[in-house]
Amino acid sequence: MSKLISLSDAIDKYVHDGDLVYAAGFTHLIPYAAGHEMIRQRKRDLILARATPDLIYDQMVAAGCARKVIFSYMGNPGVGSLRVVRTEIEAGRLEWDEYSHFGMISRLQAGAAGLPFMPMNQTGATDLEHANPQIKRVTDPYSGKEVVVVPPLNPDVAIVHVQRADAEGNSHIWGIIGEQKEAAFAARRVIITAEEIVDQAVIRSDPNRTIIPGFIVDAVCHVPYCAHPSYTQGYYDRDNTFYLEWDKVSSDPIAVNKWLEDWVFGVKDRNEYWNKLGAQERLKVLPLMSEAVNYGKY
Amino acid sequence: MNYSSTELMIVNAARMLKDGDVVFVGVGQPNLACNLAKRTHAPNLVMIYEAGVIGAEPARLPLSIGDPTLVSGSLSVVGMYEIFSNYLQRGNVDVGFLGGAQIDKFGNINATIIGGDYIHPKVRLPGSGGAQEIAAWANRCYVMTPHQKRRFPEKCDFTTSAGFLDGKDSREKAGLRGKGPVAVVTDIGVLEPDETGELVLTKLHPGKSAEDAINNTGWGLKIAADVKITDPVTENELRILREELDPTGIYLKGGG
Repeated sequence: MSKLISLSDAIDKYVHDGDLVYAAGFTHLIPYAAGHEMIRQRKRDLILARATPDLIYDQMVAAGCARKVIFSYMGNPGVGSLRVVRTEIEAGRLEWDEYSHFGMISRLQAGAAGLPFMPMNQTGATDLEHANPQIKRVTDPYSGKEVVVVPPLNPDVAIVHVQRADAEGNSHIWGIIGEQKEAAFAARRVIITAEEIVDQAVIRSDPNRTIIPGFIVDAVCHVPYCAHPSYTQGYYDRDNTFYLEWDKVSSDPIAVNKWLEDWVFGVKDRNEYWNKLGAQERLKVLPLMSEAVNYGKY
Repeated sequence: MNYSSTELMIVNAARMLKDGDVVFVGVGQPNLACNLAKRTHAPNLVMIYEAGVIGAEPARLPLSIGDPTLVSGSLSVVGMYEIFSNYLQRGNVDVGFLGGAQIDKFGNINATIIGGDYIHPKVRLPGSGGAQEIAAWANRCYVMTPHQKRRFPEKCDFTTSAGFLDGKDSREKAGLRGKGPVAVVTDIGVLEPDETGELVLTKLHPGKSAEDAINNTGWGLKIAADVKITDPVTENELRILREELDPTGIYLKGGG
């Protein structure tokens, strides 16, 4: 059964005010277009979880969508501070829960696997344990030693951008696969955005590349260039210039508002955004094909 | 030869890597150091990035640790849970590279808050990322940071990642893996832990003095009996850094 709908309908139908949202992607495949659609639809009181909030949550926090963030690295990757989130936290206007990367991904893994918690070895750095009461210790029943445990993270909705999906949501991802699979399995609802919608035969031609099965997916949206200024491996490059420029924009609330007016409220959808950006040539990537694999005919 | 203090640190950090090391590469200057080592004395360095890329051969300087150039031509790409569990927690990483806003007498690192308390900090920093686990489970760790008093307090405002905690025994008691922070590279010299885990000055860069180091350290810095002088930065190292790795000066221009 086809689950193809527009991104705007998917966000309207599956993201509700107050939801815990996980927009997946470790640097790669971050679904910016979905973030911008949540801003346009003026979603409110969201809890935004990501290992690195990245600029997508900086923009959503600036637009007033969030009441809380859950993160493990609150920076602009490779650039420095994530200014909007940082300012709101320092001012006491935004709640937060903080983990290490491993703590964060362990929470998702527990959520994805249906486990009550996930154990991790001790790291000796106990200050975060003291600061975040969700991080606890239990005694390993086998060795008698203490292990650190974190609770499952089960987002109300996960948004996962992929290179290609069929209309049912069976999804191929390659390149950095971060936490997309865990986020999708942990979430109650899953929205897939895809660079390309392909025939199911394409998915079936390479089943090892299917990270997310269609039967856990609620909506499939065809959104080319969804990930800009993040990237889609093999489709377009990461817009590092944008990440560097955001450092300047985000240091001035007036400039941030103007940016949101120009690039979020001022465009109807991702297609209009991409045409306005005119970065097709600048972010173009030359092909580098893998060797084909032989699954065999049985 | 003219070079910045940033270049001096990166070059000296790069030299500590051994050919064949499996290194967990951090963002920013450590990224430059590892890529420099790979292009000089350590061509068989296996670079692992916390985004899940193993054996990266980046054709250009990756701005972030999740850059697509890391993926193309790499040995393997795995998910985030796997990189932190099978690779780091299991003990398959030789070297961790860390930076931070503060590093204290026992090599503990703060990348979380400065001043105030956790809820009401004076300055909020990005936080751990992968640093908490890298410091605990890599076989050995290197730290790079400019030598300034505010960056070298006797005790960190917040311990994001463990060095020797309250001294070498306490790291062992906490059940951590590896040798901990075996060297801290600054723009003045190199600090290494003594038998108690306290960082002492063991090397000076050419033209720097022990007084420089003492005056820029927030605790009574001890000087090793046989302080060595680091080898001068070479033209080749600078050329690779400036022309091949960071031609637009994104990292090299900072902190120079």
